[in-house]
Amino acid sequence: MTEAISTREAFGQTLKEMGEKYKDLVVFEADVSTSTKTCEFAKAYPDRFFNMGVAEQNMMVAAAGISTTGLVPFVSTYAVFASMKACEQIRTFIAYPDLNVKIAVSHGGLTPGTDGVTHQATEDLSIMRSIPNMTVAMPADAVATKVLVEKAYQIKGPVYLRFTRCPLPIIYPKDKTDFTFGKAVTLKKGKEITLIAIGDMVFHALKAAEILEKKGISTGVIDMHTIKPLDEECLSQVARETEAVVTIEDNNILGGLGGAVCEYYAEHFQLPVKRVGLKDTFAESGEYIDLLKKYGLSSEDIVKAAESLLSKEN
Amino acid sequence: MQLIDNEKVITLERKAKEVRIEIIKMIYKAQSGHPGGSLSAADIVTVLYFDILNIDVSHPQWEKRDRFILSKGHACPVWYVCLAKKGFFPMQELSKLRVIGGILQGHPDMKKVPGLDMTTGSLGQGLSAGVGMALGAKTKGLKFKTYVMLGDGEIDEGQIWEAAMSANKFKLNNLIAILDYNNLQLDGKCSEIMPLEPLADKWRSFCWDVKEINGHNMYEILGVFYDLKKYQEKPTIIIAHTVKGKGVSYMENQVDWHGKAPNEKQFKQAIKELEAK
Repeated sequence: MTEAISTREAFGQTLKEMGEKYKDLVVFEADVSTSTKTCEFAKAYPDRFFNMGVAEQNMMVAAAGISTTGLVPFVSTYAVFASMKACEQIRTFIAYPDLNVKIAVSHGGLTPGTDGVTHQATEDLSIMRSIPNMTVAMPADAVATKVLVEKAYQIKGPVYLRFTRCPLPIIYPKDKTDFTFGKAVTLKKGKEITLIAIGDMVFHALKAAEILEKKGISTGVIDMHTIKPLDEECLSQVARETEAVVTIEDNNILGGLGGAVCEYYAEHFQLPVKRVGLKDTFAESGEYIDLLKKYGLSSEDIVKAAESLLSKEN
Repeated sequence: MQLIDNEKVITLERKAKEVRIEIIKMIYKAQSGHPGGSLSAADIVTVLYFDILNIDVSHPQWEKRDRFILSKGHACPVWYVCLAKKGFFPMQELSKLRVIGGILQGHPDMKKVPGLDMTTGSLGQGLSAGVGMALGAKTKGLKFKTYVMLGDGEIDEGQIWEAAMSANKFKLNNLIAILDYNNLQLDGKCSEIMPLEPLADKWRSFCWDVKEINGHNMYEILGVFYDLKKYQEKPTIIIAHTVKGKGVSYMENQVDWHGKAPNEKQFKQAIKELEAK
């Protein structure tokens, strides 16, 4: 097994390193710093760390306010609370005025596992994607996280970055730095089917691709870490090189990565697509890996989706 | 309390009268908008822009400027008029309230209007934004103050109290809230829709300093702001007792005038009354 680290941990380390480099970086937290790992920044730079207590709405708009003074706030809590408890605050007071606020949140998708539905964020990608001016992304491992967190600081405007609670295997070489918002990473090219995945599901897509290859199916894998802005150039190339696409996301299949890809292909190519993700349902408490199996997001489910697409075509 | 110059009061009263006239004109022209709460806030906002705020019209984004947030964003006509009269944008813009292509949105947009420090309109948000600005000042070692005007109805919102708690935590003695306490919200009297009293005690229990004034008395308005410029120990709220629709007889204390425009006859009467003052 390769090395595994949660992307929240990679975020925490990166944020601390950035604190040294960027003196205008400040961090807002809603009483979960030891869990989101902003505690590392808090220890190193207490004067630039604001623990706002269990009050996400105030935190979000306070971050909007501080950004107007020229400081660059990273706002941290769990994805489900940021995207829904403080949804209007994000939409009207951060995105509408296009303020330079980075919403960097842990516990994305089913990764909070045993905590249950209240702590799982399975609609946030769809919600955030529908808000103008937002950049929405989820890195696939710690290497991509380090780079994208720093790039979020460097670009102007609001960013929603989603991390995992559970460890993710490292899939990229440690020295890879050329991650850019809105630019997908082609991990593998395939002639018959392409798996387009985001975040924690990229690893499972790679595993599924191995299985499919063994069965003689030429399979591509794309890490679509940014669902907005969507890398349409990449999607267009995939459509020209492959026969069908499976999207895979740790999110409701409505409105997230699958939604974005289907919208693009419906308007530009007649490419068969199948969406792997939560099928418009809530999950439950359970170990992350077991939840993926029960709710149809495992490597085996991805393989099945790919095979059913190809058999329909033949 | 320091002595207030009578001349200054007379000048500001004249200014506030002009502001009220422009408010009525723009809402009449647009045939939509919120006159009641604009008029109740008019004296205080006029004093802020023409005597208190340290701002530079030629540099709207000046880093050290005082900040003002009209959290009760629906009362933006009063904000727009003061900004225009101050010179942030041409007075002619005032005739383009709530129209396509104009900068003066139905509720204020900081990206469109020069000199406007925060987008508002959804209630209960401005104090949090003020907390962020005041924290920014502390973090950057800047001396500016942040003033946030709240509506009475809007402090029904729980987020106001989250913000109040956090202002105490961070000892924001550079943050001043002003409550436009006209005791009318959209659906009726505050005391009936959602009782606020004992209000001063509520804020005190959140560790804020509380000042109470008549929000239409220039001496009291100036006095409290001057005192706070000289010394402010804690986050402070000025509870300003006001009259909704102040200055137009048929609008005063009438809940109906929260959010509608006068017709031609009403418009003429309003202007006549305001000019006679």
